[in-house]
Amino acid sequence: MARVSLRLVALAYLLFLLVLPVGLICFRTFEHGVGPAIDALTSPSALHAFQVTLEVAIPAVLANTVFGVGVAILLVRHRFLGRRVLDALVDLPVAVSPVVVGLALILVYGKFEPIGKWLDQRGIEIIFSIPGMVLATIFVALPLVVRAIAPVLEEIGIEQEQAAWTLGATSWQAFRRVTIPAIRWALAYGMVLSLARSLGEYGAVAVVSGNLVDQTQTLTLFVQERYQNFDQPAAYAASFALAVIAVCTLLLINLLRPKEGTR
Amino acid sequence: MIRTTHVSKSFGTFAALTDVSVDIPTGSLTALLGPSGGGKSTLLRIIAGLETPDSGSIEIAGADSTKMSPQRRNVGFVFQHYAAFKHMTVANNVAFGLKIRKRPKAEINKRVEELLELVHLEQFAHRYPAQLSGGQRQRMALARALAVEPQVLLLDEPFGALDAQVRKELRAWLRRLHDEVHVTTVFVTHDQEEAMEVADSIVVMAEGQVKQVGTPDELYEQPASDFVMSFLGPVTKLRGRLVRPHDLVLTAEASDGAVPAIVDRVVRLGFEVRVDATVDGEPIWAQVTRYRAQLLDLRPGDTVYVRVLERVDAPVG
Repeated sequence: MARVSLRLVALAYLLFLLVLPVGLICFRTFEHGVGPAIDALTSPSALHAFQVTLEVAIPAVLANTVFGVGVAILLVRHRFLGRRVLDALVDLPVAVSPVVVGLALILVYGKFEPIGKWLDQRGIEIIFSIPGMVLATIFVALPLVVRAIAPVLEEIGIEQEQAAWTLGATSWQAFRRVTIPAIRWALAYGMVLSLARSLGEYGAVAVVSGNLVDQTQTLTLFVQERYQNFDQPAAYAASFALAVIAVCTLLLINLLRPKEGTR
Repeated sequence: MIRTTHVSKSFGTFAALTDVSVDIPTGSLTALLGPSGGGKSTLLRIIAGLETPDSGSIEIAGADSTKMSPQRRNVGFVFQHYAAFKHMTVANNVAFGLKIRKRPKAEINKRVEELLELVHLEQFAHRYPAQLSGGQRQRMALARALAVEPQVLLLDEPFGALDAQVRKELRAWLRRLHDEVHVTTVFVTHDQEEAMEVADSIVVMAEGQVKQVGTPDELYEQPASDFVMSFLGPVTKLRGRLVRPHDLVLTAEASDGAVPAIVDRVVRLGFEVRVDATVDGEPIWAQVTRYRAQLLDLRPGDTVYVRVLERVDAPVG
């Protein structure tokens, strides 16, 4: 009896928090058929928002992959002064509100700040353009790759790499031929996680992008802007698209996860 | 020849090696034997270049390799837990070093085939390490190390993770392999039986120091210290003197140099019979043959006379 009621509570909780809202988005999107939904998603502004989203998310994921692997190796394989500080700093983006991240970036790279001014004089624009949005996205997704691969690196230990060294492999060759294949599923998992995080980021990007329609508007910004301008069909359709992307990444994550054990 | 000269190494406050100088002749099969924490693995890893000594030097085949990276030392290293490349097939594991050296494909295939035959894994070439038993994985690791034709083959507790039966087989197999391949081989073990059975020469190490170097016979017959004597085989104490239990002679009658003992217990272990007794209130045990035990017809409470077999020299120091 207790177990049944516990299940009911859990189901009701999920129903009101997740299933109902997402279901309604889905319903609203296709309320008037598939045609209007497709129209809403293929408007020039929507297509541009898709493009900007990818332009921001892909470089951010790549940067976080390189950084993530480097930092994970540093944290797991090396003992140095300040290691614990670095370890703690990596998790900072999870704790800091994205809006604060956005504001902090403006404080450094804004046109009227010393560093921003210096860059601006050389024709490099960070804030209110793609580079700033990429920076903000990198920041918020920073820990995901590190935290996905660090435990696996720890577990495989250093002996395979040492074996590769004694067989004549340079550190780079050992890394590429032994370490990377050994962590590949964890790395893929971390990359998918950070892709999902990058695609869905709103707060930090909203602050640094300026939300300029057809210029720096990502899909999440598009949803918010359309909604505020009473263009609900476009807002719902874009939301639906974001939800579909999220579900796809979740499926991908679940496909990748069990493979960790069979490395 | 591998020569280590005045090698010392500390990890924090722990002195793993203190002034170790040892020569390992070319073509030999040498065991580094000692209790765990005695520094033998550290010495092996220093020879491989996986650790750097704090002081002292390493010479491999006449060349100073103290500062040489492990990549350039041309040593084969076998780890206790195999360190198999899990994402590669057995054949690719063995081919790894050759591929790094960019050898022609045909040559690599031929060599891998030969090596897999040598370690009896021909039919497993396309399997992954996870599909092999422990003993098979370790043979694969050996083939992988031998593939690059190393000047020196180093094995760190190679049979330590295997069960007793497989360990016995692999020991005999390693001995035969060495007779075929003749590469200078050093292996670390804490098992004296393993060292005695497999090695031509044994370096006994404890507390980060070399305690004695010699052939298995030399170490057994002329141990340099009580420590070496007790590490290499069974010992018992007769009036403060360390002796081997099989070097004790038991007689029914008193004779020159024999001391009286009271029998506590007689344990028959097949051919060998173990006699526990008391001499001057101190426990002692002797190993005698079944035939001898029958002749004496020992029972608990009997008095028997114990002396040490003449040829045995007392240990020095």
